[in-house]
Amino acid sequence: MERFGHLRGIMPLAALVALWEIVTRFNLIPGRFFLPPFTVVLQELFYMTISGVLLNHLLRSLIRVLVGFLAGSALGIMVGIMMGYSKVMDEALNPIISLLYPIPAMGWLPLLMLWIGIGEALPITIIFICSFFPVAYATATGIKSVDKKLIKAAETLGASPRTILTTLVLPLALPTIFTGLRLEAGMAWRVIIAAEMIAIPTGIGALFMQAESLIRTDIIIVCLIVLAVMSFSFEKVFQYLESKLCRWAKHFDES
Amino acid sequence: MNLTVHDGQLLALLGPTGAGKTTLLNVIAGIVDYEGNVLFDGESVDDKPASKRGVGYVFQDLALFPHLDVASNIAYGLKVQKKPLSEIEEKVDELLKLMKIEHLKNRYPRDLSGGERQRAALARTLAISPRILLLDEPLNNLDRCTRRYLRAEIRQMQKQLNVTTIFVTHDVEEAEEIGDNVAVIINGKLRQVGTPGDVFSSPVDDEVADLIGSQNVLICSSYRHIGGGLYEVNCKGTRIVVACEGSIINKIAIPAKEIYFYNDKPVGPKVNTYKGTILEILSPSSSVVKMRVKVGENTLLAELPKDLFNSLGLAEGKEIFLKLKLKSIRAYT
Repeated sequence: MERFGHLRGIMPLAALVALWEIVTRFNLIPGRFFLPPFTVVLQELFYMTISGVLLNHLLRSLIRVLVGFLAGSALGIMVGIMMGYSKVMDEALNPIISLLYPIPAMGWLPLLMLWIGIGEALPITIIFICSFFPVAYATATGIKSVDKKLIKAAETLGASPRTILTTLVLPLALPTIFTGLRLEAGMAWRVIIAAEMIAIPTGIGALFMQAESLIRTDIIIVCLIVLAVMSFSFEKVFQYLESKLCRWAKHFDES
Repeated sequence: MNLTVHDGQLLALLGPTGAGKTTLLNVIAGIVDYEGNVLFDGESVDDKPASKRGVGYVFQDLALFPHLDVASNIAYGLKVQKKPLSEIEEKVDELLKLMKIEHLKNRYPRDLSGGERQRAALARTLAISPRILLLDEPLNNLDRCTRRYLRAEIRQMQKQLNVTTIFVTHDVEEAEEIGDNVAVIINGKLRQVGTPGDVFSSPVDDEVADLIGSQNVLICSSYRHIGGGLYEVNCKGTRIVVACEGSIINKIAIPAKEIYFYNDKPVGPKVNTYKGTILEILSPSSSVVKMRVKVGENTLLAELPKDLFNSLGLAEGKEIFLKLKLKSIRAYT
């Protein structure tokens, strides 16, 4: 039955693709859409992969996302822990973070372009910023929501504050932190594409723009596919990590 | 407050909600700041943080770690001490067996029943071999039946391990049953400490008496064993059957609430059934009516709900049948 489930999920997609193919092959779509048949897109995907173009741009985007996201999340978690533990820190940083948090990542672009200029640092910094705030916030929330009673219990069992942080508080805050991370992972891809479209000459976003200027819809669609696959994969990776590290929380959901 | 608990003793800490029982435990465990001195075996522990006091504390809501299974919960205190794995495993298995929860080894707290959580929490605390055990109303959220069973089990285990224990409860019956000594706390002050017998038969003031419930204390001139832990005592000529663990009975206490009245001779066994006369009706307008009743040469204080009082149509001077609930009568040396 499980297998059927997966197959059933693919059916609508297969149907859509079939429809697309038929409609384009039989020229049922007006010319101005420049929509190539699915098979042509596949062909282009193949060529781009073979020639290494796709991989080149993808790798650049990927590295920027990874570096920015990991750095932003790491710092976010550290600051979040500080805020969760220290009232003073929390009161000092909370207003600032709450103010800066809602600024859309792209909103930082003009300022950063002036300050950093166009280069690798720019997209990485934007991703860094857009990861840092939500992760810091999620971490602080997660830590603050840990039942104080549990901490007292751990104290009476002989645990030092540091042990309590690593064995109790962080594991218990993890589900909340993961929620923050998961949201940001998806966000990071959207942001990098936008940043690359506007300001950077390499990466999937840049590829988008080049394809657009050449009216190569097939390449555009290839990029869309790649983008969808990357976002999806990131999400899945985080889901997997979360299921491994937060097995106890799953119990909450299951019951 | 000034309280001494003796080695290996189980002290029942009794008091109404909000009396300060939990606070006292918190002070002993060192998880709150306090003014005063706490001494273990004569040595002050005031400057020792909670993690260094060696106090085993089972919280009222148990506080089991939700992200660890039962075995890991129990092992926590030992892992913190960096004990070797084999030693930890051995100890965990030992405790699982002791608390009869071997089958729950890998379950998570969320999937346990109230009684099972209770045992797990207790096992976790015992794992660190505490020199003092603090139990904060550990049986609170359980049904009466489970409560009774666990109570007896805890008692037995405490004796077996000989660990000095303070057991907090607001249930008078529980305190009486489980404690070597009982300490009564009301409004943050220690009111009375003594054996259950002392405290329950001679409450030191009205508030304590209120907490415990009015008791009729009768001196017994004689007693004899009639088999199966049952004794027949003689109180000024009235014979009353009581259940008793010990073998010497000098006085008995009959709770005022556990005297039952009947207009006609009650059916069933004639044990502890008497004819009496109502001497005086006190506070007839409140929701609980108190009466003084003469039974033979004894005068007993009885309490019953107003509507019951009304339905029986009781009046001063009336003759009435009454029955004493055997289970509720306490016998003391």
